[in-house]
Amino acid sequence: MLKTRLIPCLDVADGRVVKGVNFTDLCDAGDPVEIARAYDAAGADELCFLDIHATHENRSTMFDLVTRTAEQCFMPLTVGGGVRTPEDVRSLLLAGADKVSFNSAAVADPDVVARSADRFGSQCIVVAIDAKTVSPGKWEIFTHGGRKSTGIDAVDFARTVAAKGAGEILLTSMDRDGTKDGYNLPLTRAISDAVSIPVIASGGVGTLNHLVEGVTQGGACAVLAASIFHFGTFSIAQAKAHMAAVGIPMRLS
Amino acid sequence: MSFTVLVDYDSGNLHSAKKAFQRMALETNAGEVVVSSRPEDITRATRIVIPGDGAFPACRNALSNYSGLFEAISEGVTQGKPFLGICVGMQILATWGREYEDTRGFDWIGGEIVRITPADPALKVPHMGWNDLVIDRAHPVLAGITTGDHAYFVHSYHFKLADPAHLLAHTDYAGPITAIVGRDNIVGTQFHPEKSQANGLRLIANFLNWRP
Repeated sequence: MLKTRLIPCLDVADGRVVKGVNFTDLCDAGDPVEIARAYDAAGADELCFLDIHATHENRSTMFDLVTRTAEQCFMPLTVGGGVRTPEDVRSLLLAGADKVSFNSAAVADPDVVARSADRFGSQCIVVAIDAKTVSPGKWEIFTHGGRKSTGIDAVDFARTVAAKGAGEILLTSMDRDGTKDGYNLPLTRAISDAVSIPVIASGGVGTLNHLVEGVTQGGACAVLAASIFHFGTFSIAQAKAHMAAVGIPMRLS
Repeated sequence: MSFTVLVDYDSGNLHSAKKAFQRMALETNAGEVVVSSRPEDITRATRIVIPGDGAFPACRNALSNYSGLFEAISEGVTQGKPFLGICVGMQILATWGREYEDTRGFDWIGGEIVRITPADPALKVPHMGWNDLVIDRAHPVLAGITTGDHAYFVHSYHFKLADPAHLLAHTDYAGPITAIVGRDNIVGTQFHPEKSQANGLRLIANFLNWRP
């Protein structure tokens, strides 16, 4: 049986992890490669790097980071942030990413998803959707870290990018991100029901039950969290054991 | 001296596959591992790996675009060199691929590559993530890997075998999915051993030391 994936996410800027990471036995708690190794050893199912202020000048730093991670971690790695063109996808895949995530560029031009999927296969093309509740049961796409509204309906957009060949959707609720109040479950459920590709729930995890709800109520195939793991509130093993205990199929060994 | 070539045909990510094979070659004293698309390297190789990511027709065409490459691979396999295909590199061993269009495969292992249609319509395609293996037939490349061990899959199409004797392992996704195929000096995995942490690295080490 396919297991539900638990994915720690690292926000990276200029080659360093943005938020402090509270692991006891790391030499350098700001080095994404060291943290990636720790998550690999801890049994994380995948890793995600988001370059939060990707600029043209610092791209080579991210490529170097991805290369060094791929040399040491034999697990799937998704990289996002500042990805605009199929050439950007290619560069990151060559550096060692397994999946590459589009965000604003896919909103501006959904065809970039089709062009990339045709060339590299849907399996490596992720679309990151940042959505905010605009009225009950209605969600809108926001770009630029949630600052810019687009007027685009999130559920419609999810259907569009799935039809263009996206292999997966990384869904972040901008109302919940950073709140520790749990995922936006109605949003997660609406997107998950609308598309036949896997949906990763993201944004708002503060407790282990939030991870459970993302799957049981949100219908997500994978759950992503950042701060609860980085700050050592919970370990990957604790989270997996908790999810397994309520009957969610997890990879425990 | 053992010399393993990972065939480069412009498909997705070879970097992590190369690193995984090089690490296990070093750990098990299994010689050199290189990435190449030159037929002369394939001819010199003692082991051949076709890694893969992407769509069947694109990969098949890309392999054909390198003059003499397929011929060199085919000759090596006929001579009995150990061969491993990964993901779409396993799928192209089939008689036919049915992704987008009908494309001829190598026809080294009879069968066709068809879209996954889980009996439970709520299940998503691609089949993406960690799934547990059921070992159907013992094989030296699977030494130390047992039923219940997990591997990382990401694919929308799967191998429908003509002859069940070629099935080494399967997994379940509301119906059986071919996970590992093999005959003689040929093995293929639908999952990515280079992404499957300890179990995947073990399989790679086994392959690098396999003497069929």
